[in-house]
Amino acid sequence: MGETMIRLSDVRFRWRRTDPLVLDIARLEVASGEKIFIKGRSGSGKTTLLNLLGGVASPESGAVSILGTDLAALSGAQRDAFRADHIGFIFQMFNLVPYLSLIDNVTLPCRFSAARRRQALDRAETLEDAARDMLLRMELDVDALSGRPVSRLSMGQQQRVAAARSLIGAPDLIIADEPTSAIDAELREAFIDLLFQEARAAEATLVFVSHDAALESHFDRTIALADINRADLEG
Amino acid sequence: MLILSIALQSLRNRRATVLLTVFAIAVSVTLVLGVEKVRTEAKASFANTISGTDLIVGARSGATQLLLYSVFRIGNATNNISWRSYREIAERPEVAWTIPLSLGDSHRGFRVLGTNHDYFRHYRYGGKQELSFRSGAQFDDLFDAVIGADVAETLDYDVGDSIVIAHGLGSASFTEHDDKPFRVSGILAKTGTPVDRTVHVSLEAIEAIHIDWRGGARVPGMQVSAEQVREMTLRPRAITAFLIGLDSRLSAFAVQRYVNQYRSEPLLAILPGVALQELWDLMRTAEAALAAISVFVVVTGLLGMLTMLLASLNERRREMAILRSVGARPFHVFALFVTEAVVLAAAGALLGLAMLYGSLQIAQPIVNTHFGLFLSIAPPTLRDLAVLGVVIGAGALTGAIPAFQAYRRSLSDGMMLRT
Repeated sequence: MGETMIRLSDVRFRWRRTDPLVLDIARLEVASGEKIFIKGRSGSGKTTLLNLLGGVASPESGAVSILGTDLAALSGAQRDAFRADHIGFIFQMFNLVPYLSLIDNVTLPCRFSAARRRQALDRAETLEDAARDMLLRMELDVDALSGRPVSRLSMGQQQRVAAARSLIGAPDLIIADEPTSAIDAELREAFIDLLFQEARAAEATLVFVSHDAALESHFDRTIALADINRADLEG
Repeated sequence: MLILSIALQSLRNRRATVLLTVFAIAVSVTLVLGVEKVRTEAKASFANTISGTDLIVGARSGATQLLLYSVFRIGNATNNISWRSYREIAERPEVAWTIPLSLGDSHRGFRVLGTNHDYFRHYRYGGKQELSFRSGAQFDDLFDAVIGADVAETLDYDVGDSIVIAHGLGSASFTEHDDKPFRVSGILAKTGTPVDRTVHVSLEAIEAIHIDWRGGARVPGMQVSAEQVREMTLRPRAITAFLIGLDSRLSAFAVQRYVNQYRSEPLLAILPGVALQELWDLMRTAEAALAAISVFVVVTGLLGMLTMLLASLNERRREMAILRSVGARPFHVFALFVTEAVVLAAAGALLGLAMLYGSLQIAQPIVNTHFGLFLSIAPPTLRDLAVLGVVIGAGALTGAIPAFQAYRRSLSDGMMLRT
């Protein structure tokens, strides 16, 4: 513990050379094991920041490093592999591949990452068992749900499946992008509690992005994106 | 393996459109293979019809026309050969045997061929196969007829049945030689050639049924009964064509030249192989047109697939983003679309092949009775497999179009869609 999970230094990003800057962050550090709340409205550069952290987008200048690895030093394919190995994502909604089964949706990261597969299999006989286990931890009744297409699950259930997927194979970092905005208010707290509990069990760092300041109190620390992003986004 | 399994599940999820797309490709594949099948079978059947004959001689007309009416019973002769000329040529030293052919009458849609016993002795088809009898024997009596296998089968004839020959061709002829009925003396075994669809009688019989006819109609007041005609000496005055077998094939050109320069009447001698080749040349344009149409039908099938894949691109953006977030590379996204296209094309190709065999099963007897063409049901040829391969390959190339778009989008979208 105590080591740095995420470090951004002098990161600038724009979509096209002629576009204005959308992100300009002098410094952002997240320690390993931290539960951090990044507060930001849509349009505050949130999407860009997540794409940068995932290694899907590259900054124009500056460095993004995760677990001490400078993403810019990796090739595209290596960044994809790095993401698969170390990061679990939960999005706002429509997290699931509609045609894959409940179990297949959860095991998906293990198909693209040998490391995640290995770690999942350390704890279970098969990947299916690992997925089942993860879903049970997210308090989902696998047997009752697995008969139907995942798109028929309720929004709250879908988000919990997404959480199970982000956690399977114990990645080091969980990035959740407005994961609760589509669920009913009364289920929100329960979802966050579950997520916390499992992230802690997996010793994962949690980066939670939301505009909902009411959730702030659950976290170790809050960073307001508007405060650290020097890019002028008001147009 | 991973991408294939994802692709299969994705396709299964879109069953309805997928099945239609596969069916469209399958229909096009069936058409391509079917056209090719009919083409090669027709060629093979033509090539198999005559074997061992060195020259065909008829009145001077076109080589193709002579070949068609003398061997394939298609079309008509424009003129006859006099018996005298026939005998003169037949008695040349190079000539081993001849088969005289006299055409012009029919029996319920089947052509009647006047010939002699040399026909059964010397006529060869396929790989030099002889004609053989399924039942009965050659014509012996004046009013005996030997019928081909298809004639017997279609009209349900047996040895001993009585048949009436019509003057001229066509199944609804009003002028029949009903005063001189024939008796079926033999039925030939199936050959898969026009022989199956022919009624064979002796040259004398042809002469006998026309003895009281002139110029296509009965001579009024002249009635020669079947009994009377038996008493007469019947010598054929003319025949339609004849086949020649030579002692040595080397003399074929010499005999051909002799016939073509024959003084007393204009005659034409053709080498069957050369005439057949001319026929193929004639048909080449039609074949090319058919082939082009089939290719376009395949293109249409693949365009249907392209439409389906392109239409799904937008609704699948989210799915691509999810795959990217769990570690899929843009290449995986590309491969997913190409794999889906290949699976669709391959399923279409295989279904098309199955449909070909299904329709062959149904069409075989119908085509055989109506066109005298026997479509054999054989395992796919190398060319068929090549066609399937090309369709699948073209499917992959077509799939590369939406795949490339999805690839580019997933590069720019990343994991988060900018909306």
